[in-house]
Amino acid sequence: MRKLAAGLMLALGLTTAAQAADPVRVGVVISETGPGASLGIPEGRSIRLLPREIEGRPIEWIVLDDGSDTTRAVTNMRKLISDNRVDAIIGSTVTPASIAMVEVAAEQRIPMISLAGSAAIVTPVDERRRWVFKTAQNDALMAGAVVEHMAAAGVKSLGVIAVSDSYGDGWLGIMAPLLEARGIRVVATERYARTDTSATGQTLKVLSARPDAVFIISAGTPAALPAKALRERGYRGPMYQTHGVANADFLRVGGRDVEGTVLPVAPVTVADQLPENHPSRTIARQYRDAYEAAHGANSVSAFGSYAYDAGLLLQRALPVALRTAQPGTPEFRTALRDALEGLRDVTYVNGVANMSATDHVGQDERARVMAIIKDGTWQALPR
Amino acid sequence: MAVDLSILLVLVQDGIVNGAIYGLLALALVIVFTVTRVILVPIGEFVAFGALTLAALETGTLPGTVWLLGILGVASAACRLWASRRHATMRSVAWQIGTSLLLPVVVAGLAWACIHWQAPQLVKVLVALAIVAPMGPYLYDVVYRPMADASVLVLLIVSVALHLALQGLGLVFFGSEGSRTQSLADTTLEIGPLFISGQSIVVVLVTLALIVALFLFFERTLMGRALRATAVNRLGAQLVAISPALCGHVAFTLAASIGALGGILISAMTTIYYDTGFLIALKGFVAAVIGGLVSYPLAAASAILIGLVESFASFHASAFKEVLVFMIIIPVLLWRSWRTPALLDEGEE
Repeated sequence: MRKLAAGLMLALGLTTAAQAADPVRVGVVISETGPGASLGIPEGRSIRLLPREIEGRPIEWIVLDDGSDTTRAVTNMRKLISDNRVDAIIGSTVTPASIAMVEVAAEQRIPMISLAGSAAIVTPVDERRRWVFKTAQNDALMAGAVVEHMAAAGVKSLGVIAVSDSYGDGWLGIMAPLLEARGIRVVATERYARTDTSATGQTLKVLSARPDAVFIISAGTPAALPAKALRERGYRGPMYQTHGVANADFLRVGGRDVEGTVLPVAPVTVADQLPENHPSRTIARQYRDAYEAAHGANSVSAFGSYAYDAGLLLQRALPVALRTAQPGTPEFRTALRDALEGLRDVTYVNGVANMSATDHVGQDERARVMAIIKDGTWQALPR
Repeated sequence: MAVDLSILLVLVQDGIVNGAIYGLLALALVIVFTVTRVILVPIGEFVAFGALTLAALETGTLPGTVWLLGILGVASAACRLWASRRHATMRSVAWQIGTSLLLPVVVAGLAWACIHWQAPQLVKVLVALAIVAPMGPYLYDVVYRPMADASVLVLLIVSVALHLALQGLGLVFFGSEGSRTQSLADTTLEIGPLFISGQSIVVVLVTLALIVALFLFFERTLMGRALRATAVNRLGAQLVAISPALCGHVAFTLAASIGALGGILISAMTTIYYDTGFLIALKGFVAAVIGGLVSYPLAAASAILIGLVESFASFHASAFKEVLVFMIIIPVLLWRSWRTPALLDEGEE
């Protein structure tokens, strides 16, 4: 009997020792190839900047590429949950894949932090979405800033050229009520594909409606094509873009033709120009310096910061969850979800996050800065 | 919305310029298909490689395609030497080593010199062509030649696989963001309401010149006739001592050069990404299919038609542009299947 007890004690001791060394595993599903690659690559690089330990507990980041494909994103997520036994999921890069992953998160009861833009991923916070959080600015937050700027600049009629994918659809849906509220009329809405070789037809159609300003909805270098076509056809009026274009490649390809373009950007894009009292000033510059030290000057973009911020949220929530449960258990995943929802005043690269039971992004206007392209650089506009 | 004359002219001009590029690719697809029965899906990658290689040379970085050329060269030399191991002569071995191993080294040297001494634009264009064009025959040696007798379907599947592999390499070499290149002709011609950019004139002129050159090549030269003979009857051509391997080399060299040239021409007018080529090639393919994959004039004419449909669709119904463009193929296929009720099966050829 004593022997048995001793054996039991030993076995128990061994399990607790093993548990103490148990790492927290975080599965990352991002689009490092395919159409979302220009977003997914900096995200992957930023994950590699995150610490591998929190309060003595090792963190394992397991990154899988979904090729911007919805089915592969879901497969990868299931694989991470069943094979790698991860405690949380970060991803995916693009909206369609993220929305599909919401179902898996709810079914497997695992917290997930999406890096995509659309508010539909996290709102409304219902039975499924209570597991889902997000670090990228809601498109509506950015769109609000754009529409405000248009109204202040006296724009009465607007021509829109949007990329024909979910990014374009999402923005068009959000802009419509905002524009109507400000009395701005949309006189032409044209669509073009990311890999189109010409946007002449769309440009002519928009210009023949004689709008006060033109708004181009697209991400990355593809957004330069309609801008260049507009200038080629002699358009000299104001141009707006979305925050999706805020990387150095867009400036390189757009060149002279995108000078004067107004757009909302994430704080990190204009890290050095943030006012002294901006909460993200320090951390945005730290992140930028770390990223650019590894990948070269001017390589930083907002997309990587979303992945970095997702990591920061987890770093704040993990110690809380670790107090109540052990990694690798369903209880831990629930505790982690509750801890994420309970996060208040987390200063990260994209402003300050205040999560609540009804808001799983938690950002305010400190997460956006209006900027203008001047002399081939991003210049923050005074508020 | 009413279309006034000036808008109409601009759309027509835009359609013709884009159609000319599709036409080039359609021609290349027809050449390769008739000679080797390969549907060259990766031609789009040659377009992207051509454009992005030139863009890299312009920004003064050594393009990744130089390394790919070297690796393919070594692989191609190995395949060729192995295939000819029984009847190798000093001359044939020297020729194979020269074209497969020395050529990439020379081209890489040229690329380096081009960056080092800031060569003029035309030289960069030629170097970019020299980097991409030999990939055609090398890929033929490594991928298609060992399975030259496989069915059209198998060859197509291999083409799709090759397309995916090359596209992945494109992402590695050039990154996910696009590039543009400098214009070959900076002047702008003003005719009434039309502003015609020098580049679009270059595109149309080069296309026309190539069509004429190809016509002369196929009609007047021995090599061109050998290619035609192979296209008409492979076995017959072989019996009269026309080497299918040589024909394959010539066809793939032509296709890769035309593809790369198309990419270089269009990259001054639009942004090219590592995956742009596929969609351009697909439109070229639609044109080639309308020409039954055999007729050059029909393919070229339908390419212009596709360009025009695309241009007008992007003005009138931009959201449905791609749908309208690819729908052209349906009535054509219906008409073709009605005209030739008994499908020519592989075995019955």
